[in-house]
Amino acid sequence: MSERTNGRPGGNGSGPDADLGFGQPGEKAVSEGTVELPLTKADFSSDQETRWCPGCGDYAVLASVQSFMPELGVPPEKIVFVTGIGCAGRFVYYMDTYGMHGIHGRAPALATGVATSRPDLSVWVVSGDGDALSIGGNHLIHALRRNVPLKILLFNNQIYGLTKGQYSPTSEEGKVTKSTPFGSQDHPFNPVSLALGAEATFVARTVDTDKKHVAATLRAAAAHEGAAFVEIYQNCNVFNDGAFDAVRAKGDKERNQIRLEHGQPIRFGAEDERCVVRGADGRLEFAEVSEVGEDAVLVHDAQRQEPSLAFELAHLAERPTGPTPVGVFRAVERPVYGAELSASLEDAREGVGSEDLEQLLHSGETWTVA
Amino acid sequence: MDQKTLEKKDRVVVRFAGDSGDGMQLTGSRFTDATAVVGNDLATLPDFPAEIRAPAGTPHGVSAFQIHFASRDILTPGDHPNVLVAMNPAALITQLGALEKGGTLIVNEDGFSDHNLRKAGYESNPLEDDSLGDYQVFAVPMTSMTVRATEEIEGISSRDAARCKNLFALGLVSWMYGRPTEPSTHWIEKKFADREPVRDANLAAFRAGYNFGETAELFAVHYEVEAAPAPPGTYRNVNGTQALAYGLIAASVRSGLGLFLASYPITPASELLHALSRHRRFGVHTVQAEDEIAAANMALGAAFGGRLGVTATSGPGMDLKAETIGLAVAMELPLVVVDIQRAGPSTGMPTKTEAADLLMALYGRHGESPLPVVAPCTPSDCFNSAIEAVRIAVTHRTPVILLSDTFLANSSEPWRLPDVASLPEIDPGFATEPNEGDRFMPYLRDERLARPWAVPGTPGLRHRIGGLEKEDVTGNISYQPENHDHMTRLRAERIARVAVPDVVVDDPDGDASLLVLGWGSSYGAIEGAARRLRREQGLKLATAHVRHLSPLPGNLGEVLRSYERVLVPEMNLGQLSRLVRAEYLVDVDSYTKVDGLPIFTRDVMEQVEARIG
Repeated sequence: MSERTNGRPGGNGSGPDADLGFGQPGEKAVSEGTVELPLTKADFSSDQETRWCPGCGDYAVLASVQSFMPELGVPPEKIVFVTGIGCAGRFVYYMDTYGMHGIHGRAPALATGVATSRPDLSVWVVSGDGDALSIGGNHLIHALRRNVPLKILLFNNQIYGLTKGQYSPTSEEGKVTKSTPFGSQDHPFNPVSLALGAEATFVARTVDTDKKHVAATLRAAAAHEGAAFVEIYQNCNVFNDGAFDAVRAKGDKERNQIRLEHGQPIRFGAEDERCVVRGADGRLEFAEVSEVGEDAVLVHDAQRQEPSLAFELAHLAERPTGPTPVGVFRAVERPVYGAELSASLEDAREGVGSEDLEQLLHSGETWTVA
Repeated sequence: MDQKTLEKKDRVVVRFAGDSGDGMQLTGSRFTDATAVVGNDLATLPDFPAEIRAPAGTPHGVSAFQIHFASRDILTPGDHPNVLVAMNPAALITQLGALEKGGTLIVNEDGFSDHNLRKAGYESNPLEDDSLGDYQVFAVPMTSMTVRATEEIEGISSRDAARCKNLFALGLVSWMYGRPTEPSTHWIEKKFADREPVRDANLAAFRAGYNFGETAELFAVHYEVEAAPAPPGTYRNVNGTQALAYGLIAASVRSGLGLFLASYPITPASELLHALSRHRRFGVHTVQAEDEIAAANMALGAAFGGRLGVTATSGPGMDLKAETIGLAVAMELPLVVVDIQRAGPSTGMPTKTEAADLLMALYGRHGESPLPVVAPCTPSDCFNSAIEAVRIAVTHRTPVILLSDTFLANSSEPWRLPDVASLPEIDPGFATEPNEGDRFMPYLRDERLARPWAVPGTPGLRHRIGGLEKEDVTGNISYQPENHDHMTRLRAERIARVAVPDVVVDDPDGDASLLVLGWGSSYGAIEGAARRLRREQGLKLATAHVRHLSPLPGNLGEVLRSYERVLVPEMNLGQLSRLVRAEYLVDVDSYTKVDGLPIFTRDVMEQVEARIG
C-alpha cells in the first residue's frame, strides 16, 4: 500500500471486503474549494431520463458510480466521462459531469486527449465489450500501456446489445446468435488477461449487482494513479440473460466468486472452505483448505511488478462459469503518461509572448532588404 | 586574375542530382542559403526517393534538389533546369530528360565506372559516345579531386574524403554563379565544430571545387544573377512545413490557447510533427498517436479540454479520420485537420504531389457534414493559412480542413517576416457563466450561429455532447424529425456564414476574355505564366486564386460569369471545375495533370496559348 493512500479515513465501507486492500482515492482528489456542501449522489445524476431496457445491469452500475462519485472528493465540474458506442455509451448522458459521447471504439483516444491536455481533471471512460475489445481494441491497449490517467470501466455482457444480439469478442465459442446461426467459431478474449498483456498498471474485475464490491473496486481504481482498467460483468437480460449466473446469482455467487484481496490468502466458497494453491507442476489449482492446510493457501500480491501471478489468476477461470476471481488482479506503480509534461508545457506557454514569437520567426538565416 | 567571361543572367534553374547517399539535399540547401544572401528571389524543390536506402547507384536511389533563382520576382522552382549536376550515371539517366536542350551538364566523371553504368542501365558510357551532343557537358573528376584536396588532413580516410564530393560540387557551382563562399564555409564550421577532421575535409572539398572553377580552363564563362528588387523587410527562407508549424504556433500565441498536435507518422505530414515537437518552449504538446483515428480523437479531446487541437496527416490518414471529423462537426468544437495531399488512391505515391483530396475534404463524410476548407497557395502562405484556419475553427466552433500538398510542404521560398503585432488576434471567448437564467444551454448560439465553448473545470456549465443528434439550444438527444431538419440546415448555414474574403482578380487592363482560376499550389505556375505571357507575348488574360474552398468567396460566381472563358488548371481530374460548375452553373475549361509533379509554368503557358495565343 502506498504512503499516499495509506491511512485515509474510510468512506462508507471498511474492512478488507470493502476496500480490497487499497484504501481511498488520493488526497489530490480533494476539492479545491469550489464545493461547500458535502456532495451527494444527486449532484452527479443528470436530468436525463435513463433509457436502458428494464432489468439491464447498467442501472446497477450507474447507481453505484453515482453513489461513489461524492467519495472522489472532486467537484463535478472537474470530472469528465467519455464513452463510445453501444448501450454503455449512453452512460455519459446520465452523469451530471462534463461528458463526451464519442464514436465507436475511440473513447480511450478521445479521453487521452482530455486527460493529457488537462491533468487537473478526473477522466473516466465507460465502454462495452464490442466497443473496447472489437472496434476499439487498439486504443484500449495503447491507453493502458501508456498509463494514461484514465479510469476505464468495461461493461462486459458478452453480446452486442445495441445492434440487437450479435456475438461479441467475449462471447463463448459456439455462441448461437443472429449472425452466427451455426455457432460462433471465434475464440473469445479474456479482458483481464488482455489488459495485463497490454501491461496495464491496474486491472480489476467486479460484478454489476454486487454494489459493495463495485464501490470498493471503483475506490481502488480511483486511488490508482495512471490507467485503471475495471471489467464489470454486466447482465444483458434481453440478449444474453444469465451469462454470469455462476458468479452473480444468489446461491451460486457465494460458491464461485473468488474475492482477490491484496495480502490475503485466496480462499473462497460459502464457508471459505476452498482455496487456490500452487500445484506440484507449478500451476495454480483449486483445493480444499482442510486438505492442504492454511499455510499452503496462495497469498494474493497485486503489487508484484512482474505480472505472471496476475496472469495465472486471470486464467484460473477462462469463462465465468465456475469459480472465478474478482477484485484487483494487479496494481503497480509506473510513471503516469503526460501529466507532468502537460503542466510544464502550460507553464511554458503562459510565459511566452509576442517577443518570443518574433524571435522564433527570425531564427535561422535571415537577410534584410532596405 | 580572372580571365573568364562574366555573363549576366536574369534567371537560372539548377538541379543537383546524385545517389541518396551523396548528400544532394544538403548541397541544394547550402546553395539556397548562399543564394538568399545574394538577394535573388528563389524557389526550391527537393525530390527524393520513397525508399529510405534504395540500392546505391540505381535509378530508384536518385535524390535531387532543384533551385530557381532570379533577379526578379519568381513564383515556382522552375520547370526545366538550365544546369544539371549529375553525380553518377543513375542521376544522369533519370534527370537528363528534364534538362533544357543546350543546357549545362556537369557530371562527376569518377562516378561513371562500368559497374555504375550497368546499374543505371547504360550499355555504353554516355560521356564517351555522342549521346550528350545536345548539351554543354563538363566532365569533372570530382571524387578524385576531392580525395587529393583532403590528403593532408589527418584522421580522414580516402573513403571519408570521397564522401565530401558533394561539397566539391557545391563549390564549383557556387563559383559558376558567383555565390558568396561565407555562408557555406560558416555552415561547415558550425556543423562540424566538434569533429575537426570532418570539418577540414569538407572545407577543403568546397574550396577545391570553387578554385577548380576559377582556374581550370574547362570553364570559360561564369554568370552573375543580380539581386531581385524586393519590398523592404527582413527575410528568411522557409518551406511549407516550417511555415505551417510557425503559423500554428503563432495562432497559439495570438489566441492564448495551448497547441496540442496529435499525429500518426505518415509521409509527408510527419515533418510537421517533427517541426512542432521541437517547440516545447511555446508549450506545444505533441503526441504520436497509435493510429490516425486516435490522433484525430486525441486532438478533439484536447479541444474539449480548451486547447487548440490539431491533427495532421496525408490522404490515407484523411480516409481514417473522416468519422472523427464528422463527430467534431456534430460536437461543434474547434479542430484543425491538416491534410498534406499526396498522390493517391490508396498508398499511391507517398513522396509525390497531387491535389485530389478537395472533394473528399468538402464531402468525404457520411450525412450532411459541412465544414470550412482553406488551402495555402505558396510555401510562405502556409503560415497565413494556418492562422486563418485556426481563426475560423476557434471563432466558429468548427473543424477546419487545411489542404496543403507535398509540393508546398517541401518547396521553399524567401519569406518576408510579418510584424507579429499585425497578426490577427483570436479570441477563444470561453463560456464562463450560465447563458439562460441559471442554466447552461450548450447549443444556444450567438450571431454567428456558434455555440458556447465551455471547458471542463468551469463551475455551473456541466454538459454532455456527442455524435447523436441533439436538440438545438439544450443539446439534449433528439430524434424529432423537425429538429433534425432544423439542425441539418443550421449546420450548413453556420458554415455558409463564415466570413471569407472575396477573390482578387488580376486583370491588368480589365479587358481580358480568359480567366485562369486556380487553388492550392498551382498559384505560382499560374501567376508566373500570366506574367510571362503578358510580358513576352502581350496576351490578355486574367487570374484569380481561391484560398477558401468552403465557404467559397462571395464574389466568385460574379467573377466567373464576367469572363468569356475560364481555365481551371488542377492536379486532379477536375475537382474545382466540378465544384464551380455545380455551384454557379458556369462552364469552365478544365486542365488537369496527375503525374505526381507540380503544375509547371510551361504547362499553364501552353494551355493559355492554345486558347488565346
